[in-house]
Amino acid sequence: MFCDAHHTAVHSIRRIITPYLGVVITLQLGALVGKGRVSIVVERCKACGFCVEFCPTHVLALSSAFNSKGYHPPHVVHPEKCSGCDLCGMYCPDFAIYGSKTPEAKTQKASGGEK
Amino acid sequence: MLNVPDETVNPVEPFLRSDRMPHIWCPGCGIGTTVNSFVRALIESKVDLESLALVSGIGCTGRVAGYMRLDSFHTTHGRAIPFATGLKLANPKLNVVVYSGDGDLSAIGGNHLIHAARRNIDLKVICVNNLIYAMTGGQSAPTTPSHATTSTNPYGTFEPAFNLPHLVDAAGAVYIARWTTFHVRQLARSISEAFQKKGFSFIEVISPCPTLYQRRNKMGDGLDTMKYYKEKSKVKNGAPTGEVGLTLNGEIAVGKFVDRDRPDYQSMMRWQYVEALGERYIEEPEMECVCG
Amino acid sequence: MKADPHGVLTGTHFLDGDHACCEGALAAGARFAAGYPITPSTEVVERFAARVPTVGGTFIQMEDELAASIALQGGVWGGAKAFTVTSGPGFSLMMEHIGYAAMTETPCVFVDVQRGGPSTGLPTLPAQADMMQARWGSHGDYEIIALCPNSPQECFDLTIKAFNLAEEFRIPVMFMMDEVVGHMTEKVVIPPADQIDVVPRKHTHKSVEDYLPYGTNGDQVPEMAHAGEGYKFHVTGLTHDERGYPNMTPQVQDKLVRRLQSKVRVAADRICMFEEDRLEDADVVVVSYGITSRVAQRAIDLARERGLQVGKLRLITAWPFPDKKIASLAAHIKAFVVPELNLGQMVREVERAAAGRAKTFSVPHAGGGVHNPDEILNAIVEASRC
Repeated sequence: MFCDAHHTAVHSIRRIITPYLGVVITLQLGALVGKGRVSIVVERCKACGFCVEFCPTHVLALSSAFNSKGYHPPHVVHPEKCSGCDLCGMYCPDFAIYGSKTPEAKTQKASGGEK
Repeated sequence: MLNVPDETVNPVEPFLRSDRMPHIWCPGCGIGTTVNSFVRALIESKVDLESLALVSGIGCTGRVAGYMRLDSFHTTHGRAIPFATGLKLANPKLNVVVYSGDGDLSAIGGNHLIHAARRNIDLKVICVNNLIYAMTGGQSAPTTPSHATTSTNPYGTFEPAFNLPHLVDAAGAVYIARWTTFHVRQLARSISEAFQKKGFSFIEVISPCPTLYQRRNKMGDGLDTMKYYKEKSKVKNGAPTGEVGLTLNGEIAVGKFVDRDRPDYQSMMRWQYVEALGERYIEEPEMECVCG
Repeated sequence: MKADPHGVLTGTHFLDGDHACCEGALAAGARFAAGYPITPSTEVVERFAARVPTVGGTFIQMEDELAASIALQGGVWGGAKAFTVTSGPGFSLMMEHIGYAAMTETPCVFVDVQRGGPSTGLPTLPAQADMMQARWGSHGDYEIIALCPNSPQECFDLTIKAFNLAEEFRIPVMFMMDEVVGHMTEKVVIPPADQIDVVPRKHTHKSVEDYLPYGTNGDQVPEMAHAGEGYKFHVTGLTHDERGYPNMTPQVQDKLVRRLQSKVRVAADRICMFEEDRLEDADVVVVSYGITSRVAQRAIDLARERGLQVGKLRLITAWPFPDKKIASLAAHIKAFVVPELNLGQMVREVERAAAGRAKTFSVPHAGGGVHNPDEILNAIVEASRC
């Protein structure tokens, strides 16, 4: 059971490294598109928790997955709330996470169909 | 490694020696956070990276030089500032940043700190102050607040700590600011401001050392410390530097304390020589005499 | 390449060793010096401070020798040829940074105008007691080159040589003067700039992508770049690999430190300079350097007048020590006589290199003055009898 969850979580971390997929999914559900997205360099993370704490819109939480050093990297729990402000990136002492504005937000178009 | 199937890049990444990641700093250490602010400042001030040189001393913060993709020099303990002085005097076109820790800059390097400030050498000094000698295992530093526990004061320190802004103010620095690693945007702004100034700029950044300082003093981990900074900091721009000393559990005065203008070392040197020698003064040597 | 005429004070001058050393540095292309006053060396940088604003370059008097010895290295990496001057107590303070220069392969010159020691000792009087310190003063395994002038003319000529060796081998060179040579005034001829050969900095021509700060391509000495040229290189005193990145493993340590040693040792024959006189028929050879060699010359001449077969070997290069020369002499002579203004330093090297095949007679002197030629003569006489 634990193994399964771990496996699933890691699998989903690897995939949801950008909430691109999240964006696509939410689009399909007709939900709001986040203005920003978060990219996580899983192997660099040391789970200090700065990004989780200081994200102004509480987009992140520490996941239950492990990277190869045994730390729980963060994952995006509220992609729609991400503004791309990159405060997570500014705080991260390990250069393991950064936020950026989605192309849609940049061009102010709400289109879908990314990779 | 970065296994992102998208085209975005961490704005900090081009400034890092990615082939040397991950770095050696502990979980919750604030040094990496200061690097983010530093890079932001470089981007926003549009500093020419090819003429930027970074000089560090020894210690945890001293390792910054090795992780940044710039002309960078990891020098000897306490001597980043005189090395930087030599760099700057030999090539005045360089923008020289000194990035080092509190022990390195104010203990063994203290003499060089005050003289460079006195001379107003055009250097931007970023002093990451984690109140301890971290790399060597948590010994007392001149900045360790009274009554803190360290490995060389296992029963608590009983020395008063340096008030670094006050020290460099008295010595003559033209730009003095203090922030904590919580104040990521303000720190970036201060560093940008320092790049606009000619003369000795000193920016102190209070940073967690969760492994040693915070642990021995039962102050939690890095995140606890960041929250502590948020709670205890008070922005006091323009405050008299004599009043911004730090204590074990007291208020952390942050802000821009000093921003004044006075001629930098090289301007004064030039004026003096022109006054004394007139046209005989040759400012720039022929560099062909070095490389042929 | 030839010297930059801006720094060459062509002509015939009456200068003391300190002043001549300064002119040598300028002729060699030195355009940055960081110093701290200490008798009897101060005049070197005082003159530099007066000369350099009209030659082009900078002098800064730093707050202590620790600062001076590293500021000059910042100057080197900023693109200048640089040096500092000091005497015993300052030399001791500079040791960490001499090691840093050796480790980072920073070409530079440290001038030590030796005086009586230990500690504050005899600030205004000569000694030659820093010779071992010049070689071993910093921690760890490293090599340096040390030159010993014995006249103001040599203070000019050999300073240029010191800078040239520093650039060729990317190494700190110790210029071991002494208070007498530094303060004696003699004729110094400075030739025209186009007659002075100067070694340029071994600057890389590689592209930014291909450049390895400590890569050697078979040559023992890596190519250098300066800050501000876009190479974005890293320099550290930690044990490092060819990229200049800290790499603290025994394997990298072995490779690096052995190369730092071999880059000098494989070229030792070329680096070692000495002056020989009447060695062919000598039974006894007087090995000396610096001011003592001038006194020894008198003793040698007196001994020859008495019919003793004495030869002279004057060390111009003290380090690397001319092992081979001593060994080859030891094979056919009776003894070496080694007068020094110390209680026996270079004599140990002579003994070591002679490996027992010839005897070694030390003629020590605690410093504060020079030998009386008779002291050396008596030693020569004793050596001839053995």
